[in-house]
Amino acid sequence: MGATGEVHVLSARYDVPDVHTIDVYEQHGGYEGLRRALTMAPSELIDLVKASGLRGRGGAGFPTGLKWSFVAQGTGKPVYLVCNADEGEPGTFKDRPLMERDPHALVEGMIVGGLAIGSEQGYIYLRGEFAFAGRRLAAAIREAYAKGYLGADVMGSGKRYDLTLHRAAGAYICGEETALLDSLEGRRGQPRLRPPFPASHGLYGCPTSVNNVESIATVPYLLRHGAEWFTQWGTEKSPGVKLTCISGEVARPGNYEFALGTPIRDMIEAAGGMLEGREVRFFCPGGSSTPMLTAEHLDLPYTFEDIQGAGSLLGTGALMVYSERTCVVDVTLRFTEFYEHESCGKCTPCREGGFWLSQILRRIETGNGRREDLDLLLELCGNIFGRSFCALGDGMTSPIVSSLTHFREDYEAHVRLGRCPLGVTPPRRDLPTLEPVRAEAALAAIAGGGA
Amino acid sequence: MSAAGAGVEGAEELVTLTIDDIEVSVPAGTLIIRAAETIGTIVPRFCDHPLLDPVGACRQCVVEVEGQPKPVMSCTVPVAPGMVVRTHLTSEVARRGQRGTIEFLLVNHPLDCPMCDKGGECPLQDQALEHGANTSRFIDQKRRYDKPVAVSPQILLDRERCVLCARCTRFSEQISGDPFIELFERGALEQVAIYEDEPYESYFSGNVIQICPVGALTSTSYRFKARPFDVVTTPSVCDQCSAGCTLTVQSRRGEIQRQLARTNMAVNEEWSCDKGRFGFTHLTAPARLTRPALRRDGVLVDAGWGEALGVAARAITEAMAAGPGRVAVVTGSRLADEDALLVSRYVRTVLASDDVDFRTTLATDDEVGDLTALAARPSASYDDVGAAPVIVVAGLDPEEEVPILHLRLRKAWRKHTARIVVVGPHAGTLAPIAWRHVPTAPGAEAAVLSALAAGEGEVGRALAEAERPAVLVGERAGAGSIAAGAALAEAVAGTFGWVPRRAGARGALEAGLVAGALPGGRRIDDAADRAELEAVWGPLPAAPGRDLAAILGAAAAGDIDVLHLIGVDLARDAGSAELARAALERVGTVIVQDLARTDTIVGHADVVLPATATQERAGTRTDWEGRAQRFSRAVDGPELVLDDREIVGRLAALLGHRLDTDLESLRAERERLGRRATPHPFTGTTSVAGAQGASGEGLVGVVRPLLLGTGTMLAGADDLLATARTPVVLVNPADAAARGLSDGDEAVLTGATGAALVLPVVIAPDLVPGAVVLPGGSTVPSVTVLADGQGRIAVTLAPAQDAVSGAAPVAVGVRA
Repeated sequence: MGATGEVHVLSARYDVPDVHTIDVYEQHGGYEGLRRALTMAPSELIDLVKASGLRGRGGAGFPTGLKWSFVAQGTGKPVYLVCNADEGEPGTFKDRPLMERDPHALVEGMIVGGLAIGSEQGYIYLRGEFAFAGRRLAAAIREAYAKGYLGADVMGSGKRYDLTLHRAAGAYICGEETALLDSLEGRRGQPRLRPPFPASHGLYGCPTSVNNVESIATVPYLLRHGAEWFTQWGTEKSPGVKLTCISGEVARPGNYEFALGTPIRDMIEAAGGMLEGREVRFFCPGGSSTPMLTAEHLDLPYTFEDIQGAGSLLGTGALMVYSERTCVVDVTLRFTEFYEHESCGKCTPCREGGFWLSQILRRIETGNGRREDLDLLLELCGNIFGRSFCALGDGMTSPIVSSLTHFREDYEAHVRLGRCPLGVTPPRRDLPTLEPVRAEAALAAIAGGGA
Repeated sequence: MSAAGAGVEGAEELVTLTIDDIEVSVPAGTLIIRAAETIGTIVPRFCDHPLLDPVGACRQCVVEVEGQPKPVMSCTVPVAPGMVVRTHLTSEVARRGQRGTIEFLLVNHPLDCPMCDKGGECPLQDQALEHGANTSRFIDQKRRYDKPVAVSPQILLDRERCVLCARCTRFSEQISGDPFIELFERGALEQVAIYEDEPYESYFSGNVIQICPVGALTSTSYRFKARPFDVVTTPSVCDQCSAGCTLTVQSRRGEIQRQLARTNMAVNEEWSCDKGRFGFTHLTAPARLTRPALRRDGVLVDAGWGEALGVAARAITEAMAAGPGRVAVVTGSRLADEDALLVSRYVRTVLASDDVDFRTTLATDDEVGDLTALAARPSASYDDVGAAPVIVVAGLDPEEEVPILHLRLRKAWRKHTARIVVVGPHAGTLAPIAWRHVPTAPGAEAAVLSALAAGEGEVGRALAEAERPAVLVGERAGAGSIAAGAALAEAVAGTFGWVPRRAGARGALEAGLVAGALPGGRRIDDAADRAELEAVWGPLPAAPGRDLAAILGAAAAGDIDVLHLIGVDLARDAGSAELARAALERVGTVIVQDLARTDTIVGHADVVLPATATQERAGTRTDWEGRAQRFSRAVDGPELVLDDREIVGRLAALLGHRLDTDLESLRAERERLGRRATPHPFTGTTSVAGAQGASGEGLVGVVRPLLLGTGTMLAGADDLLATARTPVVLVNPADAAARGLSDGDEAVLTGATGAALVLPVVIAPDLVPGAVVLPGGSTVPSVTVLADGQGRIAVTLAPAQDAVSGAAPVAVGVRA
């Protein structure tokens, strides 16, 4: 087990004045990683990333080096590296400051990544709402072209690398890598059938690797300091440092960086602890789609394996902390409404399930719930989980199932009292409902000749 | 990955797995859902369709696969050796998954089955009944939409019923290639829609209704008219073109309610074009002929059969008594095979004549020899075309003429990047999928085909290297093209197909319904051929007769007394309207046997004999491939109409000949006659002489028929006709510029005869200079008014606003 606690590694340059400009970036070690990378073979680059144990920072935690090694080579088709900068998970804002304050870290990482997988063209698929990050990245790319880091002859190496910034149009689903690729190709962003996987048939049907901003921005550091340096933090299965965003009822919500393995309690302390007079009641460890955990999980080390062991996921590193003053049903409703809104509509369980779940939760939160609704919620979640086309449907069920598991009494109180016990949402008596339609009645009508 | 097990080609390796404990061996790459079908297990599905790429959207086809942590969608996962699959028959996981999905699908479904067109044949209804719960647990608000929404004049969309399986949008994108129907919005608001600024224009739109697994897409013509369990279903064969699509005709109380594509993987797969699907209203349209008529004092008046046939027989008898060659027959290409054979015998034995033609073009002399030569040879088939790596298409625009062939070409292009080579003045609707367009002067296709046979150029080399390429020649290709096409196919070891437009053309040809020919690819001037026929038919004329051009010429000169027209509207369709008019005006007695009141009947007929339509009778039809398919009677015709062969048989009887009109006898006769054992050689010369050259400022008019036009077989199909393409004249950019015309301008086209038409101009860069493409069969009057007496069209073109008086421009439009 390596060192733990708050660190400033990837965020070290955040407060350096004007580090978003290339000259200042270069003064702070910028593009040194690329210089080193140009002396190495692609396989050496991939081995380095593998040795560091870097796991994807977009949520799934798949080893980055392994992912790059899967990219098909020698197919005669171009290879693409695509950066997933469509940071849209509720509670997640870890990539945005990096792109706003240290954009060259991403540009440099993209070039190195391109060298590693044999790509001459990269795309940054940026969440459209991130206008400022977009301007900073565009400026950084211009500067990098001007200084010869990008273009036909990267730093005089004879190797080509072009980088294109693509501003997305605001759909959560486009954070799913195959939907992202469809969107990038100019089509409707909906996930693709797999196999084939992007590593062989990605952007425009060519071998492609899609990686998160933080994963890519980490790579130049590995070149400068080595893989072993990275493993000084964290655990064997979760080495390194992690950009984290802490929100909710903490004193100083915001961006933090921790060594993986730091206990969650310490992370909350680093964010100033809970607001005056409040205690942690529940939290989402890695964004709204990661199952909620409770106060009894506060001593868990923040690693992929420990959080998974407790029944949740590290996700994007978005820690959302709530006290007893927050209605867990209301939080669940809001999350569910988000997923209902962001479901792409392609598959039935996610599309119709989200539509139904949010109506049930709205009824419960506004005092119109029925006892049977609680089991109905669980059963519907069971019909979505594992049946939906992509992980969005699975993610939709996480807050509902976890909150019902840990806080069923809160739901029961809503139903019993006919209102939100905390008074978060005023009760409504005007929600329309339909009488259940009985198939037998419809059939009888047909058999009877209609009329 | 092959979408369907049937699509996996060759002697592929087999994969063995078990499904519900039953061992199954299927070709590698087969999807689990298809493998299950082979043992009779139908896994419920909505989005899956064997001819569409898998999408995995509806999540209904859940199965359990041992070793897989999650349930598997059987429509997207191919089989693997040793796989252990459990469907709803043996797996609680699969059953629960299917129940759950059905429940989700019904959340936003209006459950209006009692008033829905799909009720009774609805997969959602069937599967809800079989795999769903009896009671809905959903007590909340369903989403509401305005409905119905007109996707096109022919198709209405009910978004509340839609289960978003994306079959329609995938059909549009993958099969027909007119992707103006798409999914919009997301989540529960995802919906099928068309682009605001792009109408859904497709000749194949009706298929989306048929493959819709719910009642979301309905046709304006069938909506609320009948229930699937309330109609009589009859298998049929489409008579709108030579494609040979198999259809299902559904009728109620003797009236056709709708027509559906009937699966025939060798021909139309599971599709039909809109013309075939919706083109049945002419049976009951006001213009339909329902009783015989005679012209008295210049006016057509109703008559009885005896009276009408008597007048016809008397006229024929008198003409025959006046000398040889005074009676001629033109048949068009609407006849069923049996009827064509009977007419062929009627002409040769009863009329003792060989003056007959099934064509409406004024063809060159060479063509009959080549048609006879090909009639005895096997043709390329749809499957040949579908498998060909290179496909040459000359003088043919399949989407406008034989739409289902267009879908096969498109499939070949999409599935294995077939290289489609268009030979002719204009690439036409194949342009988006054509590999190369080899431009030729109008009518000069033969020379290019010959050059390709010599392996010339990139295309020639591609053909030489290709394994079994296909060569398709349409009826609009210039002189010598059939011979040159056949020679090309032979040179590159490929297949050859002659693709006429009309449904009965190949059947008529095989029946010998053209001067100089006899059934089975025989020739009347060949003694052995004639002897074979005389053994069955009795004595035959020995000398070749006159073709359409000669018949019309003779008629116009007063040398013909009786014209017997069977299913042909010469005034509208003959290659030269002027020549046809001159002929019809001069002939003493014009006998017309047809379905509907055509221009010819209205203007020229002296005796009108009403005939039954395809759906009103049984028969056989031979498609362009030479494939004969039988059809049955679906509905009764009007009380007083007769089958064509009955009419001819009764007329023959009055002329003193007894012809057996029994269907089975005619089929037996056709069987007995067979095809000539050794096909005649092709005789067509490939000289460029056939090519038409423009003289002076004139531009050569190339007539390209549009699928949906003014023909009487579309009468009453108003919603279908509302989807017709606008008739335009295509002009090369340089020719347009020289005349001060730009895209969208109205132009006056003036023919050699002085007749003029006004048409909007579309600039076509892929059209050779010196030619214009005219819209066939879709204007009033027909573009044939521009033709000279030899059927040639040379037009001058001027902006409409500059038109000088003299030849007063004629207003042109689609059916009034």
